[in-house]
Amino acid sequence: MKLAVTAQGKDLDAALDPRFGRCQYFIIIDLDAGEHEAVVNKYSTEAGGAGVQCAQLLADYGIDVLVTGKVGPKAARALEEAGIEVYTMASGTVREATEAYREGKLAKA
Amino acid sequence: MIITVASGKGGTGKTTVAVNLALTLENILSVQILDCDVEEQNAHLFLNPEFRYSDIVTLPVPAVDQGKCVGCGKCSEICAFNAIIVLGNKVVIFSELCHGCGGCSRFCPEEAIYENPKEIGVIEGGLAGKIAFIQGRLKIGNPLAPPVINAVKKRGKTSQADVTIIDAPPGTSCPVVASLKDSDFCILVTEPTPFGLNDLILAVDVARQLQIPFGVVINRADLGNKDILNYCKGEEIPILTQIPFDRRYAACYARGGRLIEEFPELKEAFKGLWKRICALAKYDPIDEGIIH
Repeated sequence: MKLAVTAQGKDLDAALDPRFGRCQYFIIIDLDAGEHEAVVNKYSTEAGGAGVQCAQLLADYGIDVLVTGKVGPKAARALEEAGIEVYTMASGTVREATEAYREGKLAKA
Repeated sequence: MIITVASGKGGTGKTTVAVNLALTLENILSVQILDCDVEEQNAHLFLNPEFRYSDIVTLPVPAVDQGKCVGCGKCSEICAFNAIIVLGNKVVIFSELCHGCGGCSRFCPEEAIYENPKEIGVIEGGLAGKIAFIQGRLKIGNPLAPPVINAVKKRGKTSQADVTIIDAPPGTSCPVVASLKDSDFCILVTEPTPFGLNDLILAVDVARQLQIPFGVVINRADLGNKDILNYCKGEEIPILTQIPFDRRYAACYARGGRLIEEFPELKEAFKGLWKRICALAKYDPIDEGIIH
């Protein structure tokens, strides 16, 4: 089970980035193995289609669940096609987002 | 000769200048006007053309033959507009991001991509008195104006008109560049406000990069300060004409009236504008064999 959280920094204490396509980093957390890694969002400054490409990136990493602030309509379609579940959270750290997801406290987008 | 009226800032008087210049010339030359502000076309309000045709403008957008696709991802890789993603063996296309370049179908090694025309707008044309009139209308919800602008310009090229006047959209982005490209002269309409100056500077940059000779028309010229005049002087940019603010002009505009037909002083101003353009663009209607 792999979780991705959009973040403004590289570690678990970084603040959640409310933007999906334009976020700074994706923190990818393997909930079964208890490991995590930070992936730089190389699409954050694209003129258009950043969210669509981010969905592709998450699909390539085998992500099952995404926690972010807000997802635009094109990105939402791409994530749906990729079979990635989206949960939203307004603010907090990556660690808090992970815990909130585990405890089933987040709303599905 | 192609003259494009642009501005940077919106609401400075592009359409006023384009329409009244066309009306100034209609009895001495054959004139056509192209309204390339396809997101908010308004020249028709002043010219009331009788439209004779309406043609659909389409963009070729890709579709995939999933039976042939092997999921190699080449199409996604070459798309400069992020319009294609490949999830395993499934290709997902976002036609709203597609610019219709055709790259994906050309580079697909399996020839699995074909193109479907997507309606993105219309071009409409007809006559407004002696003035040939063409306008583009972008379909609501479609973000891509340049293909509709290019369709208007392509249709305009089939005309025999001596002078083509293009009413460009505001701003300095792709739709403005698409409108301005290949023009012989550019009129930049501005107003003496800080926003007018800021956006004029950006528009000057565009005209210079496209290497199109240009000059400035200052509208509502007696309001505000002298910053525009000082800027133009410093940059050696010719001031083509200045239109003062007059409540009567505003009222005429508001009811869709024609300024040069109601105000003789403006008729003279527009004649002067035309002469200055001819001088700056090195265009002589007599040399060209248009006026004898």
